[in-house]
Amino acid sequence: MRETKLWTWHIFTGIVILVLLGIHMITMHLDGILGWFNPAGGEAIDWANIVARAKLLIIAILYIVLLAAALYHGLYGFRTILFELGPRQGIQKFINVLFWILGICLFVFGTWAALKFYIIAHAG
Amino acid sequence: MLQDKRCPNSIGVWGWLGGGRWGLERYLYTLHRLTGLGILLYFILHILVTSSRVFSEKAWETWMGVFSSPVFKIGEFLVYVAFAYHAINGIRLILIELGFSVGKAEEPIYPYKSSLNVQRPLMIVSIIVAAVLIAAGGYDFFALAH
Amino acid sequence: MTRKLQKETDITFHIRRYNPDVDDKPHWQKFIVHVEPGMTVLDGLHQIRETQDASLSMRYSCRMGVCGSCGMLLNGRPALACNTQIFDIASKALTVASLPNFDIVKDLVPDLTPLFSKHISTYPYIVRDDADEMLNPTGEFFQSPDELTEYLQFTYCIKCGLCMAACPTMATDPNYLGPQPLAQSYRYTKDTRDDGFNLRKKVVGGSHGAFRCHYAGECSNVCPKGVDPARAIQLMKRELVLDYLKLRKHRTKSAILGKPEGVKRRPEIPEAPCFTKE
Repeated sequence: MRETKLWTWHIFTGIVILVLLGIHMITMHLDGILGWFNPAGGEAIDWANIVARAKLLIIAILYIVLLAAALYHGLYGFRTILFELGPRQGIQKFINVLFWILGICLFVFGTWAALKFYIIAHAG
Repeated sequence: MLQDKRCPNSIGVWGWLGGGRWGLERYLYTLHRLTGLGILLYFILHILVTSSRVFSEKAWETWMGVFSSPVFKIGEFLVYVAFAYHAINGIRLILIELGFSVGKAEEPIYPYKSSLNVQRPLMIVSIIVAAVLIAAGGYDFFALAH
Repeated sequence: MTRKLQKETDITFHIRRYNPDVDDKPHWQKFIVHVEPGMTVLDGLHQIRETQDASLSMRYSCRMGVCGSCGMLLNGRPALACNTQIFDIASKALTVASLPNFDIVKDLVPDLTPLFSKHISTYPYIVRDDADEMLNPTGEFFQSPDELTEYLQFTYCIKCGLCMAACPTMATDPNYLGPQPLAQSYRYTKDTRDDGFNLRKKVVGGSHGAFRCHYAGECSNVCPKGVDPARAIQLMKRELVLDYLKLRKHRTKSAILGKPEGVKRRPEIPEAPCFTKE
């Protein structure tokens, strides 16, 4: 039953990623064609553009949601592949704990970076 | 007797790669796995690298300078290809695995048609959409001079 | 499918042999078989046994694709030996091996015990809480033809193990339930007479259950009876997810139809015999 819960969330986060990463990818890689969210023109990764984007609170929030969803989706997917190699019960437990710790650490770090940069962008 | 010696005969990881006269869906499954792993690896590095912007504009510019070399450009494009495939095939898998595009149970009449035949149009459409996305991305990556 | 008229010819059978008393691991052995049009792989193996090597072991019974005993790996693809025309898959050479993902007992005989034990673990029978009615039935359970169609396809399973041999997840995870047991768990879940979903979902929704399937689709491709296990597993996932989201429709069990009233037994038809079981 636990697997049903985890898998349902895997699918749900997949849909969230589809929308948010879709926006992210369009911004970053179809910038030459569409040029969304790039007020300064040129490359999407130019400093002026990322500061301009970071001033929008919605971007910071979407980044954090995307971060959480993508970490869950990716780590669950990786766990699925590892579990299908047929590891022993003890190793399965170890993988579960390790992935939770890894996921939470990366989430905390990424959230801190996103919020911090939001403040920096507003400070000037 | 049943307690006799047995010879283990599992295919092992080689079985994931197919390696024979299997249907296209089997290779899409393998590709979904490989692209997923690739994206996860990139994603974790991506979190760490893009966070450099917090420290200074210089740190950001340094990192972006490193990644603007042709090798990384191609690597980045491969990640984009993986994303486009994983996303579009992912939509197909969600529709299938939640039972929307596998059809209803029916009386099997020879030659048998299975749920694979039901989802095949969806599969073809998703491959075409993924190909279009990859082509558009490739145009942006390489043709539009940055 | 149009079949070209083939002339009789010699075909090389590469057979994977394993004798537990002598061999440490399987080895390949060549046999030349004179094949006539219409011969199945099983016929070819019989010819080898009769004219070349009587020690060749295989399992078969009905010779007509009904019993599911003769599942083998033919040219790298799981199939029933009795159901496969030699000329359909080979023009010069043919490889025959025991079904993968099952231990080999001897030569072409796989040990299907894990298949059966996994099958049993998914409660593949009608589960109801009215034990009295099950033991001493007062009538039939009602089921409409439409309700029957919802699971009828999955009842044709002959437990030959081909789907388990073709499944990529089975290749690495020996504890995975596999296509056959999962399809059967759906077959009984969908049966309107059944009320055992809550029992089954613990097994099927577990960490070696339905969610280890990623729709590689091979089980349905190799199934000799058109059972389509891949479809059953996806539909089972849907039931499990709907149940988790509390959106699964509550289904009332089939009503019991009383015995017909106001009819007379025709004199030439005798009364049903009493139960002989204690």
